[in-house]
Amino acid sequence: METIHGLDLPTWWFLVIGAVFSGYAILDGFDLGAGALHLFFKKEESRRIALNAIGPVWDGNEVWLVIGGGALFAGFPVVYATILSALYELFMVFLVMLIFRAISIEFRSKEPMFWWRRLWDISYSVSSILLALALGLVLGNVIQGIAIDKNYAYQGTLLDLFNPYALLVAVTTLSLFMMHGAIYLVMKTENRLYAKLTILVKNTTIFFVLMFAITSLATLLYIPHMITRYKEVPYMFAFPVLAILAVANITRQIAYRKYFFAFLSSAFVTAMLIILVAVGLFPNIILSTIDPDLHITVYNGSSTEKSLKIMLTFAAIGVPLVGVYTSFVFWTFRGKVKLDETSY
Amino acid sequence: MNTEILSRIQFAFTIAFHYIYPPLSIGLGVVLVIMEGMYLRTGKQIYEQMTRFWIKIFALIFGIGVATGIVMEFEFGTNWAVYSRYVGDIFGSALAAEGIFAFALESGFLGILLFGWNRVSPRVHFFSTIMVALGSMFSAIWIVVANSWQQTPAGYRIEGEGMKARAVITDFWEMVFNPSSVDRLSHVIIGSFLAGSFLVLSVNAYYILRQRHLEIAKASFKIALTVATVASLMQLFTGHRSADGVAKHQPAKLAAFEGHYDSSAVADMYLIGWTNADKREITGLKIPGGLSFLLHQDFTTPVKGLNAFPKEDRPSSRAVNVVFQTYHLMVAIGMALIGLSLLAVFLWWKGKLFEQKWLLQLFAWSVLLPQIANQVGWYSAEIGRQPWVVYGLLRTSDALSQSLKTEQVLFSLIMFTLVYALLFALFLYLLNKKIKHGPVDTHSETIPDSSKRDNPILN
Repeated sequence: METIHGLDLPTWWFLVIGAVFSGYAILDGFDLGAGALHLFFKKEESRRIALNAIGPVWDGNEVWLVIGGGALFAGFPVVYATILSALYELFMVFLVMLIFRAISIEFRSKEPMFWWRRLWDISYSVSSILLALALGLVLGNVIQGIAIDKNYAYQGTLLDLFNPYALLVAVTTLSLFMMHGAIYLVMKTENRLYAKLTILVKNTTIFFVLMFAITSLATLLYIPHMITRYKEVPYMFAFPVLAILAVANITRQIAYRKYFFAFLSSAFVTAMLIILVAVGLFPNIILSTIDPDLHITVYNGSSTEKSLKIMLTFAAIGVPLVGVYTSFVFWTFRGKVKLDETSY
Repeated sequence: MNTEILSRIQFAFTIAFHYIYPPLSIGLGVVLVIMEGMYLRTGKQIYEQMTRFWIKIFALIFGIGVATGIVMEFEFGTNWAVYSRYVGDIFGSALAAEGIFAFALESGFLGILLFGWNRVSPRVHFFSTIMVALGSMFSAIWIVVANSWQQTPAGYRIEGEGMKARAVITDFWEMVFNPSSVDRLSHVIIGSFLAGSFLVLSVNAYYILRQRHLEIAKASFKIALTVATVASLMQLFTGHRSADGVAKHQPAKLAAFEGHYDSSAVADMYLIGWTNADKREITGLKIPGGLSFLLHQDFTTPVKGLNAFPKEDRPSSRAVNVVFQTYHLMVAIGMALIGLSLLAVFLWWKGKLFEQKWLLQLFAWSVLLPQIANQVGWYSAEIGRQPWVVYGLLRTSDALSQSLKTEQVLFSLIMFTLVYALLFALFLYLLNKKIKHGPVDTHSETIPDSSKRDNPILN
């Protein structure tokens, strides 16, 4: 099997997918978090500032999901097909909520009526919350494994997907995004809204740390297969240690009101949590709860080496490009939000 | 109703709805580049105003295009899992390339297009407009490549059996430039130019009729008319190339286009008609031997008919009629657009372009024509490929997700129907509002009274 720097191509692609989904969680994570917190802002002006804080970038952030979906389809078609058809209703609701999130942002400012704006505020917030929860539910079920038979067909029911552990991961995801979004917003705002957000940052951080602790404990107790890898390869313990240090650093930076560093830390935590799951799963991606022989791995679930090589070339060219113009857009819209005639 | 039919309806519905928007974005992108380019060159305010105005409309269209497009990307996996595993090696790579090379470009720079007026220099803004326009075209490239591979597979081999069977890539560029890619891509892109330019024509014809924003409206009309005329003439060429390609690579589909059954016979070309499934005949107005002439430059050469294919390998008789009708409607609209734009150009040359009220009225309604043509063109392309999802390799009925239950699809189909109905209503409402509001002076936000009048395009 061909290798690049000692890693085979499916493993490389596993890393690429991990990186893209981390990128998505970090970038759209703060959009979703801002959405989840939206109804906490009471005044019209506050809501507009909060909305315009993500205004120029949320669309670009969502692109990472599109890239992730394509990357999964291209590199691990078996995983893509199996997970999407198994969690059918969940993904359908997810897709519809993406639509509602998008149109709420787009349409809210188009009419001045109170009821119109109120309606889109609610729709924006509810869809953001549901999106975060749905992503968490998917993650929770991937961590535990799902009932996949030898034809890659899902044998469980819809209700099975709403098990306690998956729900726990869902709420944890929401809490992470809320904290991440609050920290983003506090960087983009001034005066009274800023003051209000400093409190929200504290509260959401407490919420997240609590959920993080509970989920970690639940994983240690009830999901033994996630721990195996760490026991086998002890230096992998560096990841959970780093994650915990980063969480601690968020609280430290918040205490010093250094929100940019807090934001970097919460972005780092987001990536770390995905890495923790990836390390625990590898080389499996989808665990079959019916028979361990039916696990879908990076090897039996991937495209051919030829295809992966093409895709890796694409990623090597494309990801730096996307990085450059994403940075350019963020740089253009740096600093505190100022409303003007082009704002939402 | 079984799971397969419902899944097909759902896919057809969601993709048809999605396809209202991307062609408009692509076409408007080109018009915007011209408008803003004129602004940069001449420094005239009217070009800035029209650019700002159309960017707002672009944003609305683009937003819905993205929202409904993401649905498509995941629907392959949710409803067509067997298909997804089968084609992932090939189709997936095109889709991923679309995400990373096209969509990221488009969405990234859109933020600057919309909110960057006061933050970047006019040149950087213009650069962003070009990037967004290019991005939308790159999207079309990869998506049409992926779809064309389904129509005329190339650069692959089949590996494994049963549930494990899949098409794997042997030559990437052969896959990208499969026999139908270039023809179909050019046809789709030009169709998009038509969609975008006729939207601009329509709105400005309405303004001119209402005596509003006259200076901007006339200048915009001329820009769009130039694009529309070039595009409608080019579409004749790409359309012919596409039909030629279909004849070569998908003869059953071509036979369905003209409802041609008997292989030993000369193939006619119908201007209008109705296929009779039982008698396998068509009643209608025809050019005898027309299709034979188009393909072989000879009125007497026979063309392979539907009868030459086993029943299970060609579209059903009912489908043949749909393909026949949609194909003919597309061609008829294509011809009408050529006539309309040439007539307008002629009057422009005579210096009487804006004097013909009836012509402006026609243009105000004309926005619907390329939309319908783009839609029905895709119906012929996709229904004509049936019963195959990948032509000659994988049947649509075999491509379905194994675990899917009828209730699940019914649930999602109802959900999409309701949400898209709402989305469409909101889209029309907001588009109408923006059009009535019209282009305004760069820094004033007043809404003229005249904007409260009715809009003939939407009412």
